[in-house]
Amino acid sequence: MVSLHTVVIGVIGADVHAVGNKIIEHVLKEHGFNVVNIGVLSSQEDFISAAIETDADAILISSLYGHGEMDCKYMKENCVEAGLSHVKLYVGGNIVVGKQDFKDVEQRFKKMGFDRVYPPGSDIEEAARQLKEDLEQ
Amino acid sequence: MSVHLLVDFGSTYTKLTAVDMKKERIVGTSRAMTTVKTDVLEGFNQALEKLEKAHPRMGEITTVSACSSAAGGLKMAAIGLVEELTAEAAKRACLGAGALVEHVFSHHLGKKEIKQLKQADIDIILLAGGTDGGNQECILHNARKLAEAKLDVPIIVAGNKDAADEIDAVLSEKNIEYYIVDNVMPKLKQLQVEAAKKVIRRIFINKIIEGKGIKKAEEKTGEIIMPTPEAVLNAAELLSKGHEDMEGFGDLIVIDVGGATTDVHTIGQGVPKRAEVILKGLQEPFAKRTVEGDLGVRHSANALVSLVSEYEFQKYYENGEDERADEEMIEDAVKRRQEEVDYLPDSDEEKAFDQALARICADYSMSRHVGQVEVVYTPLGNMYYQTGKDLTEIEYVIGTGGVLINAEDPKGILEEVQHKSDKKLELRPRDAEYLIDELYIMAAMGLLAQKAPRLALKLLKRHLK
Ligand code: B12
Repeated sequence: MVSLHTVVIGVIGADVHAVGNKIIEHVLKEHGFNVVNIGVLSSQEDFISAAIETDADAILISSLYGHGEMDCKYMKENCVEAGLSHVKLYVGGNIVVGKQDFKDVEQRFKKMGFDRVYPPGSDIEEAARQLKEDLEQ
Repeated sequence: MSVHLLVDFGSTYTKLTAVDMKKERIVGTSRAMTTVKTDVLEGFNQALEKLEKAHPRMGEITTVSACSSAAGGLKMAAIGLVEELTAEAAKRACLGAGALVEHVFSHHLGKKEIKQLKQADIDIILLAGGTDGGNQECILHNARKLAEAKLDVPIIVAGNKDAADEIDAVLSEKNIEYYIVDNVMPKLKQLQVEAAKKVIRRIFINKIIEGKGIKKAEEKTGEIIMPTPEAVLNAAELLSKGHEDMEGFGDLIVIDVGGATTDVHTIGQGVPKRAEVILKGLQEPFAKRTVEGDLGVRHSANALVSLVSEYEFQKYYENGEDERADEEMIEDAVKRRQEEVDYLPDSDEEKAFDQALARICADYSMSRHVGQVEVVYTPLGNMYYQTGKDLTEIEYVIGTGGVLINAEDPKGILEEVQHKSDKKLELRPRDAEYLIDELYIMAAMGLLAQKAPRLALKLLKRHLK
């Protein structure tokens, strides 16, 4: 049997939007991932500790309330510091305030070290397929 | 008449409690110095003689159960991956089994840690790391390092189950005593320590007792069934939960100030009591024990006093009006206690000094045991995160152990655990009732509970005052 890929998911910062997080858990499980859901109100350290203990292949961060850019600052650096340079970092939701040009937003998050950045209303099914591709490369 | 004798081989005293099983009452208690260095039975026999002399018509002793914390008790090292997760889970398993945790290591063991393990006087190593299906690499690395180190200490492996077979192969090659049991943290933040605790106890009974020269006692007492702190924790849990239709006391704290350490046990979920507070961190054990190795009134007196400034010390020291403990007096008093660990205070000043030391122990051990609220300033205003247990609504605080029981004002010591205005973020008891284990029977009742939980509960309720 091929061992499952492990993904840590959660909602970062002081963000309580819980509905999307549950849907992501459900969809990723359907796609055969081993999902470790740390839920809402999670700090960078929570994501990182969870990824270490569970030997995660990817971390999927959600941010809905508009402060994602601040909450995600130095996430990549902190992952590298914790020995998680190989772990894929995705972010999605409503990651910035208001309607900004997404190309711009994507650029900024990629520069921060995120492998994939998703605009509001992204299809999580599509993201699941992309994740599988990224991990099986 | 049938008398059940409960024996606690303590580090200083061997304590006996005789229970009349038919009349459902405590016949008497007695104690004598523990004699592990010569023959542990000497102390036992002396205590028994005293008991029989004081209660000549006690009746025949038909059964005996014993626990022990003599010869340093049970010492362990806990190893995990992330400090706040599997390393913490491993540590809690050790503490719950009644051990003193000498070392806690996280991540990969290196030469430095192995050296520390070699130098430490440790009875068992508990090796964890990774959730089930999670990280295998670290626990494997650590198992290899431990195998190479040839420590001659039993190893309990309680980590990622996926790594079990390989660890088995590594350890079996080296003629090491080891046990592979359920993961202490099978899922993220989920604590599961029962299997590990069970093996700890089995190793304690089968081997450690022997190494420490206590095995001999078994000729008289039958099997020594657990470390004393575990017996106390059992008694606390029984008293809290009740038994069948007999109601318990609900959530409670048991605190034991000793010469070398201070133990705190809490029974209760400790979930946040205010809706806006969010719980963080590893799952808390319902029956939780912590031990502070630097908080004690004799062996640890020096370490203890160094925790507080001279100014702070005065807050704990009360000896008549306007009396202060000056630097010189503190120094002398500490020295006396460290050199003579069975020193008994012989003047008002010395008694007040002991009272002050015990108060510091109670206060500091509570700070370290109790849950804390942390304020996080977010774009959306302040958020409150709780780590550890909320004990604000605890109903009973119970004091046990020689120091507390024999103190001038034991309740004054216990009151140190309550809510303090300068420690606002600590979730300490606000309105608890304070009780003292006057007969010093908590451990004995924890033992008795194995056989007769109903009676043990009845006697606890009757004698805690
Ligand atoms: C319900 C809701 C709330 C509820 C949340 C209840 C709960 N516990 O879940 C409450 C009332 C508490 C709330 C509060 C707030 N909310 Co609100 N809320 C919403 C609302 C209406 C729906 C959210 C929802 O559940 N959607 C359904 C789920 C299924 O979709 P989703 O969350 O977007 O998630 C999906 C995708 O985004 C994607 N996805 C998410 N994460 C990731 C990650 C990756 C890697 C990928 C690939 C995909 C992905 O997949 C998910 C599943 O399909 C949205 C508006 C909206 N229509 O989206 C506003 C909205 C998210 N809220 C908003 C705001 C501003 C707030 C508040 C700050 C308001 C305030 N001033 O108090 C607070 C913040 C509170 C806090 N601490 O988090 C704004 C955010 C604006 C921004 N980012 O610029 C929104 C967009 C409304 C708006 N248009 O202004 N909110």
